[in-house]
Amino acid sequence: MSASMIALYVFVLACFVGYWVVWGVTPSLHTPLLSLTNAISGIIIVGAILVAGFGHGGRAAETIGFIAVTLASVNIFGGFVVTQRMLSMFRKKK
Amino acid sequence: MQLTGNYLALAYLVSATLFILGLKGLTHPASARRGNYYAMTGMLLAIVATVLDPAVKSYGFIVAGVVVGATIGTVIALRIRMTAMPQLVAALHSFVGLTAVLVAVGTYLTHSHEDALNRVLMTELFVGAFIGAITFTGSLVAFGKLQGIISGKPLLFRGQHILNLAMAVVMLGFGLQFLLHNHFWALLVMIALALALGILLIVPIGGADMPVVVSMLNSYSGWAAAATGFTLGNNLLIITGALVGFSGAILSYIMSRAMNRSIVSIILGGFGGGEGASGASTATAGSKGIKTAAVEDAAFFMTNAAKVIVVPGYGMAVAQAQHALKELADILESKGVTVHFAIHPVAGRMPGHMNVLLAEADVPYDHVFEMEEINPEFATADVALVVGANDVTNPAAKSDKSSPIYGMPILDVYRARQIFFVKRSMNPGYSGVENQLFYQENCSLVFGDAKKVCEKMVLELKAV
Repeated sequence: MSASMIALYVFVLACFVGYWVVWGVTPSLHTPLLSLTNAISGIIIVGAILVAGFGHGGRAAETIGFIAVTLASVNIFGGFVVTQRMLSMFRKKK
Repeated sequence: MQLTGNYLALAYLVSATLFILGLKGLTHPASARRGNYYAMTGMLLAIVATVLDPAVKSYGFIVAGVVVGATIGTVIALRIRMTAMPQLVAALHSFVGLTAVLVAVGTYLTHSHEDALNRVLMTELFVGAFIGAITFTGSLVAFGKLQGIISGKPLLFRGQHILNLAMAVVMLGFGLQFLLHNHFWALLVMIALALALGILLIVPIGGADMPVVVSMLNSYSGWAAAATGFTLGNNLLIITGALVGFSGAILSYIMSRAMNRSIVSIILGGFGGGEGASGASTATAGSKGIKTAAVEDAAFFMTNAAKVIVVPGYGMAVAQAQHALKELADILESKGVTVHFAIHPVAGRMPGHMNVLLAEADVPYDHVFEMEEINPEFATADVALVVGANDVTNPAAKSDKSSPIYGMPILDVYRARQIFFVKRSMNPGYSGVENQLFYQENCSLVFGDAKKVCEKMVLELKAV
């Protein structure tokens, strides 16, 4: 099985996991769901780090990598912090 | 220290598991914060592991990028107002899209440097850049509409869909050019076209369809990440991308079902002229057999009620009335009245928007109910107080087969003993359909700004 094939297997199985997990999310937390998925889609930083840290790809690649790392970091920190802020507001009756 | 092969893969596997557990935490408000911590841990692990990947040889740009991005992200997240959450989410989607484009271009540059390009990789690059570019500009347009920079009205012109289709075909042509002849410029032209297509796809969609658009772009951002994962052969990106992609897709489905419209018809756009299209003024209300009530009367009714159900909508968010509404609920409860909040799935500009605003105003989440839970309760409610909602309360959706909103699930406000409908003017809702509720014997309109009306009610109740 080629590497691409394995990737495809992982992708399809992950789709099923996503399907089951997300249907379980309570509708009252749909906004935090959006912001949390905002944060974890910042995982694209992995790709950005590989470009930025490549070392000898030339100035263009380095600049592109730097911008990509910055943007993904905004997502990660912005997403997690705002999710935390929202979730801390959801309280039961005292 | 460097992480190689299997260790790196193992770290990514733990990260992916933590992300799944993080989303699972959102099953209930009580476990949600723990879920967020799981996801944060997963992210930290993934970043550290990647930095320790032997393929990473210089660190300056990485550290600088993280520091700058972390500062910007944290400051925005701490300062943003809860009413502006839809805009923030849209902006963050656009960043994922742009990052996917940059990573695709960057990966091309670094790999061509190493002579490590092949057709499979280039196809994956192409797909990643394409989805990323559409996500980027599409989200920018959504952001503009939500922020009010661009009009919320749908922008339609002749041949719009044909133009979009033609652009997609041309893009495919440039993609082939890129794949077969390794022309870098073809990739760049394709990206430019995809950026334009992203704008064209979102401009025809009206402001009130934004809950679907926001969810859809959430989904796109996930697919963009997954495509990048294929490019890099990185399973963590593929898994996370699939999770986010499905999350957005399910939300889009829930939202469109709550409007009884197909996703396709929403994507094609053109529905609803935006709020306040044009309508009769307060003066004509009486002539059509519509009753109005003074704030005092509404307050009097509510103090004597056993159960009041409050139905908030986008108008509450616009008027920033949630805090006044919470005070109103507190006073009523101190007088022994049961107060519940009823939320329609598409209330507001993004999924769950009303829940967050009420939580911000300190309304306990066990007093807030979803449509299915609360609908049977309206029949036993003495008063239903509608604040800033409209179409989602229109009984025509159930009874009038000729109505454009026929079939849309609604909150059964019409079954309450008495209805007070707080409204700024007689303008119809975004669907442009008149609310049949107004002609009901038991419905009275209370004219005024949602916040001011609620504040006046609070003063009245305090005086009693």
